[in-house]
Amino acid sequence: MSEVQIFHDHEADLGHKVKWYAKRVTVYGILLLWAFICLFPIYWTITTSFKLAPDVMQGNMIPFVDYAPQWRGWRSLGMSPDTIGEYSTVRAEFVKRFLNSTIVALSASSLAVVLGSLAAYGLSRFEYRFGFMRNDDISFFFLSQLILPPVVLALPFLVLYREIDMLDSRIGLILLYTLTVLPIVIWIMRDQFSSIPIELEEAALVDGLSIWGAFLTIIVPIALPGMVAAFILSLVLTWNEYFFAALLTSTDATTLPVMVASQTGSQGINWWSMAALSTAAILPLVVIGIVLERYIIKGMAAGAVK
Amino acid sequence: MSQDRLYVVTNDQITPGRIRAGKMMVGASFALLVLVAAWQIMGGYDLAADFSNWRPTLYAYLFFVTCFCMALVVRHGEQGKRRLFVVPATIFVLSMVFFPLVFGLSIAFSDWNLSSISGQQYNGFDNIRQMWQDDFYWNALTNMVWYTLAIIVEYAIAFGLALLLNSQIRARKFFRVAFLLPLMLSPVAVSWMVGKSMLEARFGPIARLARSLGIDNPSFFGDAETARAMIMIMDAWTFIPFMMIMLLAGLQSIPKDIQEAARVDGATPWQNFWEVTFPLMLPVSITAIMIRIIFKLKLADIIINVTSGGPGGATDSVTSFIFREYRDRSNVGYGTMLAMVYLVFIVIGFTLFMKLAARWMRPKY
Repeated sequence: MSEVQIFHDHEADLGHKVKWYAKRVTVYGILLLWAFICLFPIYWTITTSFKLAPDVMQGNMIPFVDYAPQWRGWRSLGMSPDTIGEYSTVRAEFVKRFLNSTIVALSASSLAVVLGSLAAYGLSRFEYRFGFMRNDDISFFFLSQLILPPVVLALPFLVLYREIDMLDSRIGLILLYTLTVLPIVIWIMRDQFSSIPIELEEAALVDGLSIWGAFLTIIVPIALPGMVAAFILSLVLTWNEYFFAALLTSTDATTLPVMVASQTGSQGINWWSMAALSTAAILPLVVIGIVLERYIIKGMAAGAVK
Repeated sequence: MSQDRLYVVTNDQITPGRIRAGKMMVGASFALLVLVAAWQIMGGYDLAADFSNWRPTLYAYLFFVTCFCMALVVRHGEQGKRRLFVVPATIFVLSMVFFPLVFGLSIAFSDWNLSSISGQQYNGFDNIRQMWQDDFYWNALTNMVWYTLAIIVEYAIAFGLALLLNSQIRARKFFRVAFLLPLMLSPVAVSWMVGKSMLEARFGPIARLARSLGIDNPSFFGDAETARAMIMIMDAWTFIPFMMIMLLAGLQSIPKDIQEAARVDGATPWQNFWEVTFPLMLPVSITAIMIRIIFKLKLADIIINVTSGGPGGATDSVTSFIFREYRDRSNVGYGTMLAMVYLVFIVIGFTLFMKLAARWMRPKY
């Protein structure tokens, strides 16, 4: 008769089980703790935007239980239910900054994805020789832009833009942001393109397509998920950029982070309006993060693993 | 000569006429650029009220670049079309980096207050001498070293989290999204959310927590060490997800059978990690750390908005220091010199790091 264990309540088995449970509890404990660390500031900001001064001072945490949520913070932004229909200067300002951010981030990311994809495709398919530079050198030339800190370019650009009257313009910001995310896009896309078999284009070329035709009709659709990933990642980086925007814009082209930053200086505890403003500023990206998490992770993973 | 990976036989018939036309396009547009620039330098800059800036030269430059790209196809046919993939990005980066850098060098050796009418005044090595005696700058550089060293801790945490996410757990998707969210938030918003409200000494939840733990007067930005640690924590909070995801991707790409083989051979989990997983993760780790360092070197937003360098410059990063230098005195010359020196340090540092990394990566046996 083979030794089949029927009862699992022997001391050794129980010990094993306890250890297993202990391990599970620790693992989930750490995971939950870190999830709490990640989410609490967001929770705190959103709930604070519905607080009044006494709630802030008493340290009430949980809406409806500790305190009654009020629209005070949102009213000061002109975005509470009762003020949303009326004209509000703060809201007009906010919408203007929001649009600026959106336009700048979208255009810069698109431009970077177009330029970067073309370059990455070229580098993954053809051998170039520009003077002494071969493919590897050209790739290195693009990627080395990453280590250039923004400060080095900031002041020269400030002066240059002043000379060509592009200070405080969206185009100026778009160009600079494109430059900052271009290396990342090239890095991601190079991987994407080199994983696509060359035979595809060869077949297309034999069938009579030109190189650009093959690229646009065959390769781009295949590489689209990678391009979306690169686009989203650039979007996150450019939307949140503060340093260049703070230096190079003053009234017309100011982006959302600059507006948020300019409000933090004002002291006194009108936390509710700051919280409402912060919430409104982070909300679009939080939504993007939740909905498009797959693409963001894909984009970052593409560069990491060769 | 090495061959293209995508090899195509083409029968381009490039007539001498086409070559001539291509050369003409480049030459003519370049001549136009030179002419416009010369006209502006000579005095058109001030003469024509409509052109009180360098826009005409800019447009001439754009025209020249367009002609240059078109001429590639005209002159080289099929080869030109291939170059057209890389040339736009190259020209873009060159014009956006090369010109400002050269221009920046000329600014760096001058005294240039943007708000005064005297304009640019070359002052030789005065800026370097001033930098040499500027304790705040060297202090900011030392701070950068500390901030960069904090990456080791961030890396350890990120690695741990990546290992947990890679193990058998439920609700993996929820945890992944939750862990990713801090990366989505703009540092400016974070500096209000965490730095200005949660760490506020009277009403912030963390201050309350500290008080209930028996610390009487919690102050997070009062003395140098705590303030610096707080900046590190806030920056780590936003960027740990970044490293975590790269490391997670690395972990997922390790074939399972290697770890299983080690386990069959009797390796304890600890050995399995240190002698199998960790060495396999070295390349990914180095990439992740390198990118993290790159982002760390830009660190400024949080510092500018939370402490603006205080107390007494203790939390300053180089970027935030230069930002304030410019804001306070609107002198671009000195700030640019500081930035250039910073760049030199970074280039030296990175070259060393890459050399060292290459040595570590070499197989030992």
